[in-house]
Amino acid sequence: MAAGASYADARVMDGRHESMDARNGEIEGLTQAGSVGLGVRALIGSGWGFFATADLTTEAAQAAGTQAAAIARASASVPGKDLELTPVDVRQDHWESAVKEDPMSVPLATKGDLLVAATQTMREHGADVALASYDVWDTTKWLVSSEGHRIDQHIRECGAQMNATVNGERETQRRSYPGIRGQYGTRGWELVREMDLEGNAARIAEEARELLTAPECPSQAATDLIIGSEQMALQIHESVGHAVELDRILGWEAAFAGTSWLDLTQLGSLRFGSELMNVTADATLPGALGSFGYDDEGTPAHPVDIVKDGIWVGALSGRDSAALAGLSESGGAVRGDGYNRLPMVRMTNVGLLPGNSSLEKMIEATDDGIFMDTNRSWSIDDKRLNFQFGCEIGWEIKNGKRGRMIKNPTYTGIGPRFWGSLDMLGNESEWTFWGTPNCGKGQPGQVGHTGHPSVPCRFRGVRVGVRG
Amino acid sequence: MSDELLDTCERVLRLVGTDAEAEVTLTFGTESLTRFATSFIHQNVADAVQRVHLRLALDGRVAEATGNQTDDEALARLVRSTLDAAQLQPVDPGWPGLARVAEAPAVEHWDDATASAEPGERAARVGDFVAAAGDFESAGFCSTEGVTVAFANSAGQQLSGRSTTATMDGIARSGTSDGSARASSVSLADLDGAAVGRDATRRARESADASDLQPGRYEVILTPSCVVDVLGFLAIYGFNGRAVEEGRSFARIGEAQFDPAITLTDDVTHPLSVGLPFDAEGTPKRRLELVNAGVTSAFVKDRRTARALGNGESTGNAVAGAGSWGALPANLVLAAGSVAPDDLVGAVERGLLVTDLWYTRILDPRTQVVTGLTRNGVWLIEDGRIVRPVTNMRFTQSYLEALAPGAVRGVGSDLTLVGDATFGVGAYVVPSLHLASWNFTGGAKG
Repeated sequence: MAAGASYADARVMDGRHESMDARNGEIEGLTQAGSVGLGVRALIGSGWGFFATADLTTEAAQAAGTQAAAIARASASVPGKDLELTPVDVRQDHWESAVKEDPMSVPLATKGDLLVAATQTMREHGADVALASYDVWDTTKWLVSSEGHRIDQHIRECGAQMNATVNGERETQRRSYPGIRGQYGTRGWELVREMDLEGNAARIAEEARELLTAPECPSQAATDLIIGSEQMALQIHESVGHAVELDRILGWEAAFAGTSWLDLTQLGSLRFGSELMNVTADATLPGALGSFGYDDEGTPAHPVDIVKDGIWVGALSGRDSAALAGLSESGGAVRGDGYNRLPMVRMTNVGLLPGNSSLEKMIEATDDGIFMDTNRSWSIDDKRLNFQFGCEIGWEIKNGKRGRMIKNPTYTGIGPRFWGSLDMLGNESEWTFWGTPNCGKGQPGQVGHTGHPSVPCRFRGVRVGVRG
Repeated sequence: MSDELLDTCERVLRLVGTDAEAEVTLTFGTESLTRFATSFIHQNVADAVQRVHLRLALDGRVAEATGNQTDDEALARLVRSTLDAAQLQPVDPGWPGLARVAEAPAVEHWDDATASAEPGERAARVGDFVAAAGDFESAGFCSTEGVTVAFANSAGQQLSGRSTTATMDGIARSGTSDGSARASSVSLADLDGAAVGRDATRRARESADASDLQPGRYEVILTPSCVVDVLGFLAIYGFNGRAVEEGRSFARIGEAQFDPAITLTDDVTHPLSVGLPFDAEGTPKRRLELVNAGVTSAFVKDRRTARALGNGESTGNAVAGAGSWGALPANLVLAAGSVAPDDLVGAVERGLLVTDLWYTRILDPRTQVVTGLTRNGVWLIEDGRIVRPVTNMRFTQSYLEALAPGAVRGVGSDLTLVGDATFGVGAYVVPSLHLASWNFTGGAKG
């Protein structure tokens, strides 16, 4: 502040990450990473300055503050409208995520045995390449600000994944479990135990091999499409979550991640989807991967309505973007992926609230359609409007029954048109808090951990089977 | 700096002792990036990079760790915890051992002024870009990076190197269109913010008020930015030794899998390349020909994939933190042709000029079918002349087929360094391409 900033904050993050990979019954890699450092953020006029250092001495911390202010002054040489910050209660607090079994304390041998057994089973059941891995993150962070925040948080996250790949004459097929990105949460090792990797290994290997001889997904201009909850998590992430990031809407990501088809003047009135569509961004959901006590600006976690009865009503925001957009408060969605990254708008737990149908009922109610699940590929335009997603596996639905397995299923659509065709929504017992541990955004690049509560859904009149 | 870092590497190896095979890498430097949007600088960051990576094998039991503290106590803690972890691991039958003593190519892509560039120097270039865009809104970044890396292993290999990269990358926005431009170099002094801004603005102006085009197969002119995207997928899923080992790769040595106009090397010694002359395992990089006049001639390997394939040495393509992905080329160079970019357009009967590809994702690694969209300017070409801008389109296209024998109609003379390759692994040097067919499967608006 002495260097002329109107606001400044400093964040120390001490992060540990452990991961292990197994391939075809052998442990192939164990990596333990740690980093600790300080990131200082200073606001002068319209521009932020940010400087990070691994040196935690008092002298280095002071120098980092000076550097951050010098960078902010350089920002002010190409100025915009002065940035203001929405007000937030100044807190002094401690928060930590709840775990039953500390994942860092589980013996390496126990973790390794799990991965070895799962990959061995996949190999025994037909996988040419069987991979399994887990990740554990243990992060402690301290935030102080020129407004008086003093907040420390201890967040523990973990999860695991596995997949079986089979090679055919001219193609490869893969099945993943629990999903293409695995399953992760702000939980302890109990989450990994609940997944039952070994119990599902044989099934996914056999399904992968079966896919080699399965018929191709038919190419149809319009059909009824039932999507499983894992693929729905991806659908929500890409076509809702990113679209409602306020920094994108304001154009701050225009050159890289892109903008959004959403126009702020339509907030509160634009129809995003059918009346069944209710989406929230809720960082308070216990155990979900996008949960925390406070975001990296000290805004307390709180649920934010994003889409209500199909109408767009909210955005993911921080204190600067909310102020610029004329919102009364920050959405508490600003995080940085390490001490050396500028906190920015990131998804929390952006998810679909459950309805009162079920996967079983959707299939029964469908005369002619396709059921797809487990994401395989994902592509969406820079306005988050036009998407084409592929799944690992699909099944024909004929006369209310699940029929033949099909391979290479893809579907494509335009966001609001697609969501407008949502006519059946799974129920609370099918509500799964999927975790995405690898959401890329920002320059320099940052990897975000996001959560996506979802249920199976049915959509009408969807184009499927797009091929090269 | 290099000597100090090598001394620290040796200190770590002494802490490990003689019971384990070990390799240690130290990285120091500064990474700075000035970002602008809606024509002002909104994010501006610098990071004093400090990183130590240790990998060791204790009787074949392997563990690795990274940290960012280099005082004696922190290094001792890093070594102790890594040794403890290795002891608890099963023997890794694929452990390939350490890189042998070998010299790296005498190449240094370094510029002192870039390594120590001040925020004001980046901001000035951003200001020039914004001014060049005039009434058009602009967004993008100017970055400078300078790192020094030292590597040592207990087999006696010691290497150090340093590298700088500067990039100016941005878009101008007309209200109905975006236009992009970019430039990268080892030296910030080579980057002219105004020139990049003018180029982006011209593209935005010329692509304004675009209209839809019927999807289908069209000839395309791909700019260097698009070509990098194509090569990135071929590299990750095809020329990657691990993909070959696992049977997922299309690459078949000795077969004419590409058009004769395609000659592709991985070459850190190329004058336009950036980066270090050795890889993450301390193996020196060398010029490696992957495709020679259309014939696949090699793929890249790290030590593990080289051992698994049983046919030779690492090619120097190990990437830190990318072990499960395999080996990746960081310095692809696609040989230039002799045709000026404007003349490439002149040879198109009916096709599209594409500025950028966006959000490309692979549907099947073996066939290299990729879907994605166009971005930042697309124009219809008829009888060798640009006739009108068209709206963005989605494509679903096999990248392998796009470069197959007979599919490449022209290779540009505009060899260009693109500073950030697909998924951020390295930087490629490529020209524009004229391809016979590209499968556009829909308009971006549906």
